[in-house]
Amino acid sequence: MRVMREILRQPAALFGLLIVLVVVTMAIAAPLLAPFDPDNQMFDGLTLEGAPIAPGGPFLLGTDTLGRDLYSRLLFGARNSLIIGLVANGIAVSIGLLIGITAGYARGWISTILMRFTDLMMAFPALLLAIVLAALLKPSLWIVAMVIALVNWVQVARIVYTETRGLVERDFILAERALGAGHGRILFLHVLPHLVPTAIVWGTLGIATTVLLEATLSFLGIGVQPPDPSWGNIIFESQSYFQAAPWLVFFPGAVILLTALAFNLVGDALRDILDPTQRGRG
Amino acid sequence: MSASPETVSPVLSVRGLSVDARTPTGLKRILSDISFDLKGGETLCLAGESGSGKSVTSLSIMGLYPKASLKIAKGEISLLGRPITALPERQMRAIRGGDIAMVFQEPMTSLNPVMTIGAQLTEAIREHRREEGASAEHLARQMLDAVHITDAARRLTQYPHELSGGMRQRVMIAMALSCRPRVLIADEPTTALDVTVQAQILTLMRELRSEFNTSILLITHDMGVVAEMADRVAIMQNGRIVEQGDVLDIFERPGEAYTRDLLAAVPRLGALAGTEQPPRVSKTEPFIRTDSEPVLAVSGLSVSYGAKSGWFGAKQKAAPVVDGVSLAIKPGETLGLVGESGSGKSTTGKAVLGLVPFSGSVKLDGREIGGLSQSAMRPLRRAAQMIFQDPYASLDPRMSVGAAIAEPLVIHGIGNRSEREDRVAALLRRVGMDAEAASRYPHEFSGGQRQRICIARALALEPKLIVADESVAALDVSVRARVLDLMLELQEQMGLAYLFISHDMAVIEKMSHHVAVMRGGRIVEIGTRRQVFENPKDDYTRGLMAAVPIPDPAHYRRA
Repeated sequence: MRVMREILRQPAALFGLLIVLVVVTMAIAAPLLAPFDPDNQMFDGLTLEGAPIAPGGPFLLGTDTLGRDLYSRLLFGARNSLIIGLVANGIAVSIGLLIGITAGYARGWISTILMRFTDLMMAFPALLLAIVLAALLKPSLWIVAMVIALVNWVQVARIVYTETRGLVERDFILAERALGAGHGRILFLHVLPHLVPTAIVWGTLGIATTVLLEATLSFLGIGVQPPDPSWGNIIFESQSYFQAAPWLVFFPGAVILLTALAFNLVGDALRDILDPTQRGRG
Repeated sequence: MSASPETVSPVLSVRGLSVDARTPTGLKRILSDISFDLKGGETLCLAGESGSGKSVTSLSIMGLYPKASLKIAKGEISLLGRPITALPERQMRAIRGGDIAMVFQEPMTSLNPVMTIGAQLTEAIREHRREEGASAEHLARQMLDAVHITDAARRLTQYPHELSGGMRQRVMIAMALSCRPRVLIADEPTTALDVTVQAQILTLMRELRSEFNTSILLITHDMGVVAEMADRVAIMQNGRIVEQGDVLDIFERPGEAYTRDLLAAVPRLGALAGTEQPPRVSKTEPFIRTDSEPVLAVSGLSVSYGAKSGWFGAKQKAAPVVDGVSLAIKPGETLGLVGESGSGKSTTGKAVLGLVPFSGSVKLDGREIGGLSQSAMRPLRRAAQMIFQDPYASLDPRMSVGAAIAEPLVIHGIGNRSEREDRVAALLRRVGMDAEAASRYPHEFSGGQRQRICIARALALEPKLIVADESVAALDVSVRARVLDLMLELQEQMGLAYLFISHDMAVIEKMSHHVAVMRGGRIVEIGTRRQVFENPKDDYTRGLMAAVPIPDPAHYRRA
């Protein structure tokens, strides 16, 4: 409740929250909102010369090169992209937190194994790994999300590890041990809360990169499979027509940018609101 | 410059200096109407507690204050009769390090770790004296000789981490003096150093003042240092100079109430000569424990760090940090553990609470704690608690004060929610704070208040022993005196035993029944406070006592 009140008091956070709500509503209500079937290649969706139709008229945001309604595709694409952005990214941040915090707190051989594994993953080209994984498993939305999660946790783990190492050196952790607090208590009550800001910032920053990584995978034929739309694959399908039909890149690009910005604004506000040391400051 | 300081015009003159801080709610005055003169070859001490504006004053003189957040509102600073307040940055740069040089508090961080000593020293010389190549190097070697660093040629090729703290501060002073400045500003130059090293650096600064005829503006919170160094002293409080004058006058006839309080709060080594006990602070009958078995009995305690090997590193045995320490503390008594940095006193404190792996025997409340698992150790933790040095670092900033104090009760499953709330309120009142503090967060409190909160938290489990590791070192003298009194009072009323770890001889004298002196991981001398302080047997103990600055300027004038 307090979090809600604080967000309502900050214009930027409120703006972000509204956009997030709009995007989520669009994704959920896509079948109701979409004027056309997103996969239908309509005859009147192309000019007589076979070129896509510019925005305005019956097609609000124009049509793509196959004569499909762009607005409808963006609405349905929001479903896939949000699932990728939120689920894949959420899993990646969770894996990163878990591995980083364990390695940072445990020390010794557990830490060595976990961090050397993280380094190995970091050195490995992420795209190549994703291609291999996607090729082994039959591509579907959820598999793509898993693949992205398995690639993206590495940076989070590295940063969380470093922060945890610094935290456990601080006196208040030693004070906890002197009180007889167990590992679980120290980790969850005293270390984890300090990592929440990092997790929030990475989580929100990661949404845009995740959406784009999915687009890359789609381009290589191992992402969300056509004709299913995602914001990423709409851009990649149309990029060679950028000169002739710029709206095909502009609209999905703007949607990705706006969504990422909105999540960032909300994330930043959350980080400040959840930090008690910021409370009561001007 | 052989004339007496009174007859020459001031080298540095500050007139009506006021500084504003930019805050979200507008300008806020943090320095008001500071005026003083620094004459040739004179040492002026700016003394005061944290937040009194000492450092802002010195940074304003150097033009190094953060210009985004501070603004000089009015006033004039002149160097050799020339106003420098409004000088452009280019000309200020020539003055900094040329006519005015500065030495900072932290010798560990004020040298660049990736440049050799020689490179840093010659850089400073080239910048201001246009000496090139061999002659700059020659001068650098001379300067190292002047600050009594032996083997100067080799030192020039070394990196800062290869030098001790005292040595680094000597290098900083050499660097500051290499351009023959008229004024040396030293901001707490010895605060981070051990007491014996501090004595050497202060002696060096006095020598160099007469050798180079440099005026010194010395900023310090330590009235002992003031007494030892100052010709004149200016006492600062809340951004004002409350009193200034000759050091003897100020110490013997302080005019202002604040100055009197400040001087009264300074613990004096030898103040308790001839008595066995720490001073009584409470009027109630002291709590007397009937059991006279020691709360803590340590024998043959040794600790080594870093003996572990990595996957690729060879197994190496590190030198022990603590080496064969034996001691015992009875209920209601305090053992003062004194020593310089690296003597192993903090590690000893952690080991007796089972916080670091050790060998030897530690009996807490009659039970051996060596080899106990974390869960087997938990019930024993109720018997002994710890108060740390830095009250800013030892409370979780994300946990409210009430939750922090209740946490030990939660961990040990004591009471229900409302009982714990009552207990927290009682504990807060016990340490002299309002019960409503429970709902606030640590950053809302001052250092002294936070240390009280830490004490309340340590008392929550009703321990028999409290290990206090430099618990007042981070506090201002007046706050320190009140926290020490609180600790004495709690001891009298609850029969607490303290293992009181400190580098400060005067504080140890005030608190202890018994004293142990540590050096290089061993106890070099242990006995009753009277034995150790009035009749020290060991040379090291004697050296330590002699190095403590005495807050009495007359003592140094006689010498």
